[in-house]
Amino acid sequence: MENLVQNIINALQWGSFYALIALGYTLVYGVLTLINFAHGDVFMVGAYIAFFSATFLLTTLGLPGWIALALCIPVTMILTAMVGVTLERIAYRPLRNKGAHRLYVVITALMCGLILEHANLAIFGASRKAFPQLIAEHVYTIGGVTFTNLKIAVIATAFLAFLFLHWMVTRTRVGMAMRAISYDKFAVPLLGIPLDRIIVVTFILGSGFAGLAGLLFAMSYPVLEPYMGALIGWKAFIAAVVGGIGDIRGAFLGGFLLGAVEIMVVAFFPSTFRDLIAFTVLLLILTWKPTGLFGIAKTTKI
Amino acid sequence: MSIPTEKRPVLEIRNLTQNFGGLRAVSDFNIQLMPGELSGLIGPNGAGKTTVFNLVSGFYQPSEGAILIDGVPTGGLKPHKVTALGVARTFQNIRLWNEMTVLDNIRVAQHYRLGYGFFHSAVRSKRYMRREAEIAREAAELLDIFHLTQYADEFPKNLPYGTQRKLEIARALSIHPKLLLLDEPAAGLNSSDIQELIRLIRWIHEMFAVTIWMIEHQMDVIMQLCTRIKVIDFGETIAEGNPEEICNHPAVITAYLGDDTI
Repeated sequence: MENLVQNIINALQWGSFYALIALGYTLVYGVLTLINFAHGDVFMVGAYIAFFSATFLLTTLGLPGWIALALCIPVTMILTAMVGVTLERIAYRPLRNKGAHRLYVVITALMCGLILEHANLAIFGASRKAFPQLIAEHVYTIGGVTFTNLKIAVIATAFLAFLFLHWMVTRTRVGMAMRAISYDKFAVPLLGIPLDRIIVVTFILGSGFAGLAGLLFAMSYPVLEPYMGALIGWKAFIAAVVGGIGDIRGAFLGGFLLGAVEIMVVAFFPSTFRDLIAFTVLLLILTWKPTGLFGIAKTTKI
Repeated sequence: MSIPTEKRPVLEIRNLTQNFGGLRAVSDFNIQLMPGELSGLIGPNGAGKTTVFNLVSGFYQPSEGAILIDGVPTGGLKPHKVTALGVARTFQNIRLWNEMTVLDNIRVAQHYRLGYGFFHSAVRSKRYMRREAEIAREAAELLDIFHLTQYADEFPKNLPYGTQRKLEIARALSIHPKLLLLDEPAAGLNSSDIQELIRLIRWIHEMFAVTIWMIEHQMDVIMQLCTRIKVIDFGETIAEGNPEEICNHPAVITAYLGDDTI
């Protein structure tokens, strides 16, 4: 019993990272039907931005840890959002304006991801970076179940991010416009809604939360390397697809589902089985429901 | 030197030409629509009618020529900026947001017209609440006068085709346009729906005091509604006049029925 509760907490924490990254995939896909394969690397860039700003605030300015953290969160989110918007501006928008087929934009996204990875490698080298400790980690034990303040913060952040984005999409005018674009892009500007501006907002939201995920990930697993975003990005993408890509609830649930499956596999099998079994389960879910848990099959009128 | 408002055309097109690669879709097109006019644009399939509408609504940038909305040139403007000048349109194949409710379909566009910033919606400021109430009231009014209130929470795809057309026109009017472009509003409607559409367009024309320019293949609709008609074929203007003149125009008859001479 204790073991199960412990595993659930671990799964929620692990799934939080997938959920936060999957939200960015699903937002961009929902609005542009673009699979932004650079998104995992935007997460990596976010972790590095967090690393540099945390080091600067702690070491150079000598601020106390919690103040550094309080500053680090907005700085990381804003700078990472700018990276996402820059990709949109210099890589995706020119293609969109030329009416390029979606496939070319997806390939461009893949290349952008590789560029981010290897630019990082070229500039900062292959050596791993150790993330400084911002706040002291407290370990709580309640009836044999242990958790840390950081774990709780990670889970709470994922839930708050979800609630915020859900509110944003369903209750604000930008969100309404985002939904309208996802249903029919063509009619949107002809009703007076600025298409490019809405797309920029989408990238700000997605990349901002990827940056936040990068910061939390670096605090939880304080070793940074240029390829850290690749695998977790792929997995978050798969989580978004399993949840039903384009739907915020789907991304959130898919992220936690993947987290849960991975943790549970490790609890009962050797850890080398983790990805094999996890992806087999996801494959079965997709075979049963190819549009994902929350996805609706798009029908094309002929 | 400005022309008095009442004399200034709502839409003026000068020497408009559009090339797609080697194809000249529209060639040297000219028109002036005065406030309150209800005018028609007809021509055989592929004549370039929808291209003209896409140019006017800013969806394409013209290869040559100029388009002025209420005296303002639209060259280089993005579609949403052209819309802001007061141009609304409907589409040949209905383009409603099928996964949003009927009410939301109308509210989306209004949200932008009655804009407030993100900050206001985040803190639910007084201004936000007032705007929100205004949007809700206007949307409800619009649905009411179009007799669509009973469908407010339905999804457009579940409505009969004729009702979808009506909703699309209502949505276009939600931005309070000066110029309403209707692209084949009668397409896909049965004959009783068409009679209702004719009454609807006539009523909108009076009620909203809007200038209407329509593309239509149903001659019935064009002849009953439009005071002036322009006919194009292969991008070229071949005739212009009132319904009677157009019906008897030899070039029009040739374009539609073909040339008799062998």
